[in-house]
Amino acid sequence: MSEPLLAVENLRIDLTIGGVHHAAVKDVSFTIGRGETFGLVGESGCGKSVTALALIGLLRPPLSVGAGAIRFKGHDLAQIGADDMRRLRGASVSMIFQEPMTALNPLSPVGRQIAEMFVLHKGATWVEAEKRAVEALASVRVPAPDRRAKDYPHQLSGGMRQRVMIAIALACGPDLLLADEPTTALDVTVQAEILELIRDLSAARGTAVLMISHDLGLIANMCARVGVMYAGRLVEEREAEDVFRDPAHPYTAGLIASLPLLGARARHGRARLQEIEGVVPSVTAFPAGCRFNPRCAERLERCAADDPAETALAAGGRVRCWRHG
Amino acid sequence: MAESTPILRIEDLAVHFPQGGGLFGAPRMVRAVDGVDLTLARGECLGLVGESGCGKSTLALAVLGLQPPTRGRILVEGVEGAAAGAARKARARVAQMVFQDPYSSLNPRQSVRRTLEAPLRLHGVAGSEIDDRIAAMLKHVGLRPELADRYPHEFSGGQRQRIGIARALILEPRVVVLDEPVSALDVSIRAQIINLLLDLKERLGLSYIMISHDLGVVEHMSDRVAVMYLGRIVETGDWRDIFARPRHPYTRALIAAIPDPFEKKRTMRMTGEVPNPLAPPSGCRFHPRCPEAREACRAEPAPQLETIAAGHRVRCLRAAELAPAGETA
Ligand SMILES: Nc1ncnc2c1ncn2[C@@H]1O[C@H](COP(=O)(O)OP(=O)(O)OP(=O)(O)O)[C@@H](O)[C@H]1O
Ligand SMILES: Nc1ncnc2c1ncn2[C@@H]1O[C@H](COP(=O)(O)OP(=O)(O)OP(=O)(O)O)[C@@H](O)[C@H]1O
Ligand SMILES: [Mg+2]
Ligand SMILES: [Mg+2]
Repeated sequence: MSEPLLAVENLRIDLTIGGVHHAAVKDVSFTIGRGETFGLVGESGCGKSVTALALIGLLRPPLSVGAGAIRFKGHDLAQIGADDMRRLRGASVSMIFQEPMTALNPLSPVGRQIAEMFVLHKGATWVEAEKRAVEALASVRVPAPDRRAKDYPHQLSGGMRQRVMIAIALACGPDLLLADEPTTALDVTVQAEILELIRDLSAARGTAVLMISHDLGLIANMCARVGVMYAGRLVEEREAEDVFRDPAHPYTAGLIASLPLLGARARHGRARLQEIEGVVPSVTAFPAGCRFNPRCAERLERCAADDPAETALAAGGRVRCWRHG
Repeated sequence: MAESTPILRIEDLAVHFPQGGGLFGAPRMVRAVDGVDLTLARGECLGLVGESGCGKSTLALAVLGLQPPTRGRILVEGVEGAAAGAARKARARVAQMVFQDPYSSLNPRQSVRRTLEAPLRLHGVAGSEIDDRIAAMLKHVGLRPELADRYPHEFSGGQRQRIGIARALILEPRVVVLDEPVSALDVSIRAQIINLLLDLKERLGLSYIMISHDLGVVEHMSDRVAVMYLGRIVETGDWRDIFARPRHPYTRALIAAIPDPFEKKRTMRMTGEVPNPLAPPSGCRFHPRCPEAREACRAEPAPQLETIAAGHRVRCLRAAELAPAGETA
């Protein structure tokens, strides 16, 4: 097997409060190959976005990379200098941010922000770049793109801003695309088109994609492999089909059972959705042992005391759970 | 027919907004809602779906009496004008809304008790009955009554949504509008709130209009579903009809677009321009994006909602031709 395009190894992300380091993300490892889409799922606050931000060098205090390596095209992005990172960003690595408003420049028309990518990274002239920006807006299904290109971010609806974000991220055909909840503010039909766009890009250019979403259905459709995060840890990593058909970690199983699945009511009548008791703990209050143990219906005695290591599953993939240890 | 009066009947409702109004000429109109007929039966959950900007929230606001209609009627238990234009006090008992975002929809400076007490006082409830009703309502939504003196920031997202639901229900409104009630919540919390909403509907005999982009949630919760496109209902029916036998090409595209974790499928791709609500297409408003469109679909008048089976209505010229083999039109 050839070397993966991206290899994240034992990544730790520290949240530093009053000089104390709390591991918001700990011992997270995964790889993504060229043309592959890797999914990351988990509840709010599990560390999905901070993991993506670490990959693109955008963690800011109080967050920082505490340990581990991020290997990408011969660089270690965990060690790389700010200038080199800036050069990679936009051209080889780009990100669709969860909150488009924070990522767009409020003082610049959106067409110009897209055009800038072509000027900076592709050596295009402004005239040419502005034309390509309009095409980019059309490709993400913005109606009347030539007029919209002149709008400022605050003049656009949430869904439109998200499409602009996507147009910027896809502009230069990156090698690695970090897509953080890329379609949450969009309608299902537009969502389907955007996902198709990402899929086509990945197939045509071999772009590796890290796809972050709450939507397990979307992840299953887009990804070959999936990582499930809970409280800063990767608790399960598998082929997408296996995860959904036969989840190994009780947390994964809980997530899947809590979904109202399309077609389930027609097949089996309306069943009560399964609830997972409790809430995700905050970074400063992670429990000892397995971080999921206080909410876990299948808890064993040792779960509260010892942190489970990763175990390889016979069917392929890995899990962090004493039931498999 | 011995059918009882629906709790809510909407007839030919239209809400138009003037937009811009350039230097020359009259302002153009956004026809946010443009001739909607709907009924909501007692104890029913009606799911309302359709893409962003198609007019779902505007329709909901009209039902709540917060948006005066340009045209049409809203009848609550057969009585017209019970909501629109009525005094705030009367309106409050007709319909109440649960909002999408439990963070921004609660006043951060008001304790739960204050939030629930104000509407009760306004409606003449006094003395120990206030405390009793607040305690009972908190129990209904799964919160301990002792929490009444806490403030919104002391609660998790799921708990806040429970408070939002308690606020909507405290005056026992006849219609409850749920506008994306779970989309801001985490997956596992979503399950809790969906279960709660369904329990409350059973226990208290509530009638819901539920707006959601998540068709899995819509299928799970709805008794009937209405599909909107650019201000108009294009299909309504029993949830089984909509999900198993959708007839309108737009409904079919919507359902085909839902990713299913157990089945990898290529989604059906719609063609054409995303519509501009200021200049809706002629004839059938969906025709520029419709894979089934024919020349006749562009022509006026626009197709009407036609009944294709008991309780199943579709606004499509080709509805009969599009019936699946073995099914009558
Ligand atoms: N700037 C920050 N300062 C302090 N804590 C932070 C900061 N950014 C993130 N965190 C914390 O780090 C943890 C991981 O956050 P992250 O944003 O990665 O979650 P997520 O999995 O992306 O959640 P969501 O699904 O809500 O986007 C959370 O507990 C969060 O509160
Ligand atoms: N107060 C208003 N003034 C002018 N136009 C409005 C107003 N409220 C809504 N609109 C327009 O009416 C149309 C319908 O909006 P509405 O909010 O009802 O859509 P929606 O179906 O609820 O969308 P979403 O799913 O995004 O919430 C949109 O084109 C919107 O821009
Ligand atoms: Mg996030
Ligand atoms: Mg709305």
